[in-house]
Amino acid sequence: MQKFPAYYTIWHKLGVYALKYTAWLVLFFLIVPIVVIIPLSFNAEPYFTFTRGMVTLDPAAYSTRWYDAVVTNPNWMLAIKNSFIIGFFATIVATVLGTLAAVGLSSQYMPYKRVIMALMLSPMIVPSIIVAAGMFFFFTKFGLAGSFVGLVIAHAALGVPFVIITVTATLSGFDRSLYHAGLSMGASPLKTFFDVVMPLIRPGVISGAMFAFVTSFDEVVVVLFLAGPGQRTIPRQMFSGLREQINPTILAVATLLILVSVAFLITLEFLRRRSERLRGLEDHG
Amino acid sequence: MNDTPTIAPVALERGTSDVLTKAEIRLAHREVRRHKMVAFALVVPLLLFLFFSFVAPIATMLHRGFYSPVVAQLIPNTLQSLATWDGQGQPDDAVLTNMAIDLKRLAADRTSGKLAAEINRNKPGASSVVKSSARKLRRTDDADLAQNGATLLLAANKAWADPLMWRAVQKSGDTYTDGFYLTALDLERTFEGELQIREATQIYIKLYTKTLRMALIITLMCLILGYPLAYYLANAPSKTANLLMIFVLLPFWTSLLVRTTAWIALLQTNGVVNSFLTGVGITSEPLDMLYTEFSTIIAMTHILLPFMILPLYSVMKGIDPTLMRAAMSMGARPIPAFIKIYLPNTMPGLSAGALLVFIISVGYYITPALVGGTDGQMISNIIAFHMQQSNNWGLAAALGSMLLILILTLYWVYDHLVGTDNIKLG
Repeated sequence: MQKFPAYYTIWHKLGVYALKYTAWLVLFFLIVPIVVIIPLSFNAEPYFTFTRGMVTLDPAAYSTRWYDAVVTNPNWMLAIKNSFIIGFFATIVATVLGTLAAVGLSSQYMPYKRVIMALMLSPMIVPSIIVAAGMFFFFTKFGLAGSFVGLVIAHAALGVPFVIITVTATLSGFDRSLYHAGLSMGASPLKTFFDVVMPLIRPGVISGAMFAFVTSFDEVVVVLFLAGPGQRTIPRQMFSGLREQINPTILAVATLLILVSVAFLITLEFLRRRSERLRGLEDHG
Repeated sequence: MNDTPTIAPVALERGTSDVLTKAEIRLAHREVRRHKMVAFALVVPLLLFLFFSFVAPIATMLHRGFYSPVVAQLIPNTLQSLATWDGQGQPDDAVLTNMAIDLKRLAADRTSGKLAAEINRNKPGASSVVKSSARKLRRTDDADLAQNGATLLLAANKAWADPLMWRAVQKSGDTYTDGFYLTALDLERTFEGELQIREATQIYIKLYTKTLRMALIITLMCLILGYPLAYYLANAPSKTANLLMIFVLLPFWTSLLVRTTAWIALLQTNGVVNSFLTGVGITSEPLDMLYTEFSTIIAMTHILLPFMILPLYSVMKGIDPTLMRAAMSMGARPIPAFIKIYLPNTMPGLSAGALLVFIISVGYYITPALVGGTDGQMISNIIAFHMQQSNNWGLAAALGSMLLILILTLYWVYDHLVGTDNIKLG
């Protein structure tokens, strides 16, 4: 039984309980759909639901056949490879350009800061269908539609806002006198940047890069419009799978992707704590 | 825009101070300029990159909404001779002959279908006229065609005597047209050039209204579900809050397609929810939940909920809990105290979250495409339809431009209300 202050009325106490249970229901709503996928992907039958055998925990009702189906299917393997290749290069482009720009944008001398910032964050806001249609029209002129280069450029543009946000956030806690100290000791601006600034903003850069990677890894609309058959990615493959022939292979892929997100979440949390320690902020969690 | 630095060096703040010589002031100014240049130089590579990869593509799309080169490329001779036509009665035989020659060529190139589709947009039913005429003219002799082209064309299809048919040809022949934008607004132009509401079909205004209505419902659902959870998390002991936060962040980090797949698995006719409902005996027949507006709204609420919770949580975390306690110890009842004290304090997070969810859901494509069926389609899906299936790129571009204007307006509001530098991730 919870302890309440003396002035609480019965309604207030009920309210506290109502709030608690509502919160738990919402958490349930958030997490259950994702958790449900995992056991379903081990279904021995080609259904999207729990069979009687699964409910009674009969081992025969479970199998890894859908995972085998993923591994032995050349389309899925190609899609996995493509997703990593495109994601990797898009992340590098977005991170390098985004970090430079974030350093510039954090300068107190930066002109037109607000307009430039709004422009650089807009790929996050503009609906993907518009970006995809525009890129389709424009990239076709340069022969970039249906090419890896085109997809890398497109995904890098979509990943840029995340790098800007995370790096400017880290830079906002950065003590500029450190940079000036480096300069006054005779180091070149470039050397000061890499030896003094970079180690301190690295957590922000890495988490920005991770966001950029996930953005590319999860992107499907631009791929739908720009990619040729040779550039199918995981989300593209899932999209057509969900539209055409739904079978639990998709659930197996989904489970693998959930594991990837768990790994990302853990890494990010680690980075966040490290960043707070580096910036001298106390860890409240 | 303010382009003077916010914190100027001390020398500049003194301005005309007699402590500094003119040369020193000049030097200080030069130093500020140099800093500006360095900052700007760092931003330039990304600006150029975004210009090529993002701004130019979108500009191309806006242009595409006015630009319709197809007909002008397909039948240039016909259009040239048609230019002198007064719009009344049947055009000269020369025009008809040119059309007959053009149609024969198109039939041989197998591009007559393209022309048919373009003209059909201005005159429903014209498609079959163009196609059948092209088919019939395909086997005619060139010399005969040059001589009796007009007669042969009229013999192929009587519709070529109709001035309305020729008006449609003329209209389709404009390289630049406002027609796509008008169609996207359910308007059309009469032959005299006056605007009127499209008589045949009024779909797009309805579609925008529906998209906005769905986005509003999703935003409200996120608010109703997100507010109590954010409150609970913000006021829970930090150990519990950190643990429960995983339940918010894991969906946030999970692929959108994974989450959409999950809802398909749950809501299918033979899916988890229906098995449960029939198993427990709440319903005897499985419910049709998937491929409806309902499933789109549920799945999108689930996908966008973290965008509401995260800004609300970070704002609520900063509200002093003694505020509410003080209000209530002074005798305020809980609900008025909440409305007068707590709610206004959470407004920054609330408006940030609500605007973000609304902006994202207005332009959403994937989830409606996969779980929406026919009645859960939103504006983005129709744009994709015109891009991929009906190949009406001009209309797709016009619809896209209007969606873009809507989004940019909302983004502008967001920037002024919340500020883009307050966007936080995770």
